[in-house]
Amino acid sequence: MTRSNHNPLRYLLLAALAVVYLMVLPAYFADSPYVLRVVSTASVLSVISLGVWLTFTIGRINIGQGAFALIGGYSTAILAANYGLSYWLCLPLSGLIAALVGTVLGLGVLRLRGVYFAMITLSLTEAVRLTFLNGGDFTGGASGIPVIPLPGEIAVFGLTLVPDFSTVHRHLAFYFLAAFLLILSLAIVWRISVSRVGWIFRSLQQDEELSTSIGINVTKYRIMAYAICCFFGGLGGSYFAAAQQSIYPNVFGVPDSIFFILYCFLGGLAYVGGPVVGAFLLFIAFEILHPLQEYQQLIYAVLMIVIMLWLPNGLLSLRLPTGGRSGSAPLGGAETERPGSRA
Amino acid sequence: MALIQVQELTKRFGGLVAVDAISFDVEAGQIFTIIGPNGAGKSTLFKLITAFVRPTSGRVIFDGNDITGLPAHVIARKGVVRTFQETTIFREMTVLENVVVAHHLESRASSLGFVFNSRQARKDEAAFQESAARIVDELGLSRVKDEVARNLPHGYLRGLGIAVAMAAKPKLLLLDEPFAGMNPDETDAAVEMVRGIRDRGTTVMLVEHDMRAVMRISDRIVVLNFGEKIAEGSPGEIQQDGAVIEAYLGREDEELGI
Repeated sequence: MTRSNHNPLRYLLLAALAVVYLMVLPAYFADSPYVLRVVSTASVLSVISLGVWLTFTIGRINIGQGAFALIGGYSTAILAANYGLSYWLCLPLSGLIAALVGTVLGLGVLRLRGVYFAMITLSLTEAVRLTFLNGGDFTGGASGIPVIPLPGEIAVFGLTLVPDFSTVHRHLAFYFLAAFLLILSLAIVWRISVSRVGWIFRSLQQDEELSTSIGINVTKYRIMAYAICCFFGGLGGSYFAAAQQSIYPNVFGVPDSIFFILYCFLGGLAYVGGPVVGAFLLFIAFEILHPLQEYQQLIYAVLMIVIMLWLPNGLLSLRLPTGGRSGSAPLGGAETERPGSRA
Repeated sequence: MALIQVQELTKRFGGLVAVDAISFDVEAGQIFTIIGPNGAGKSTLFKLITAFVRPTSGRVIFDGNDITGLPAHVIARKGVVRTFQETTIFREMTVLENVVVAHHLESRASSLGFVFNSRQARKDEAAFQESAARIVDELGLSRVKDEVARNLPHGYLRGLGIAVAMAAKPKLLLLDEPFAGMNPDETDAAVEMVRGIRDRGTTVMLVEHDMRAVMRISDRIVVLNFGEKIAEGSPGEIQQDGAVIEAYLGREDEELGI
């Protein structure tokens, strides 16, 4: 059930992007840990934002994703540092723990809609941060857990699939881990959104009562969307904990939760690629415009207002005059208006 | 045995009794209409039967099983599906997409299967597309099937609402004011459409104000007033019923279509 649009130009563009992202960039900047780190960070911020994007498709404004990134980060830190678990188990486990917490919390908070859901998730970010801050020896208080080991090797029958990160070019290794996470998440979210599950999510956004009347278990699908969202939050948090080899309560706060939403808005809620475009553009722009850093929040706020007023469907809704709407992803997401569509 | 038995169904909102111990049976294959003045409790009764509102007391027996108190989506699964008074549709989807989504209950593949496009998922989707095209055709929506619902001319919206409900393959379809706001020609077409639905094997209950249409289409009518049932019978019997004429139609016999 997809509105198919086989635009060869689009595939070519995607292929070119993949080549640049996976080969040209890492090869060219191999000696610049700074550039590698910036692109890796943008990649994993995209992963986290993809989760937020998914909750937009069920019609919820989720300002709580920072909480789940923090939960993922702490899960990895505690499991790896205190229990000596391999990072390659910590990574998926962190996602699953975040998803589990999301499921339990979601049973309650997902009953709320609109501004009430937004507000409670906003508070959630702060509540989780405070929980880790006051977690005593278990979470290490304000200084957190500063000694997370680097990811080790994955070997099957003596064949090394992934090398021990401490024995190789560490920044490059993390770059590829970030790229792997982004491609995997993007593929999963894309598959969800074009499949029947995505259509059910969008049906919830458009009318929950009608969805119920045709036999859709609204609670189940709401929680499914939220749990997947939290999973990506946990995955991203786990990556940052490992990349920085430390975690502390202020790593993800309310501003971060809001940034994730801004990335989605900027790229466009109707497009799976929206949060990725938004995260890369905003994060990298601010690295380039370093002197503006102290005005970052001000600029973000103004940007958010400008986008909502003049570009409600995000950057990806901008088309070349000849393109029409043929290239758009088939996601009737939270579009408020689509002027002149389908004349 | 009756397809659905409503027994002493009651709903109180605080001190107000919206629906007061209503009982009736609907036989399979009937078109069964509930009429009554505004505020008589007709829509509440519909919501009680489809579990969108929980009854204070009373029971609903469908197909021999007590379905009182089940969640609304489970009631739909049993085969009791409602439409909405408002033009409630999936606004951002096309007509065909609306109807395809509404085939949810026929999914055999799991959610994971759909995400990874398993063989069963592909089979399901193909079947849904085919069935949706047929429903859209039967309800006269073929011309607008690729329109985004938000842009549909008003006249098609109610048909789309019914098409969405039909996609859930109901045994009992509850239509909430299907003829409201229609001119006589449109009503004629809609009456034929509802008859078609019944003739293809779905029992129909409706709440309706348009007396002319009600008298033409109904096999049996229940009249509510202030939450109480004041009469039940064939259209002919209802038209003769003193209590009905006095309580509800009193001044103008014309409204009855006599």
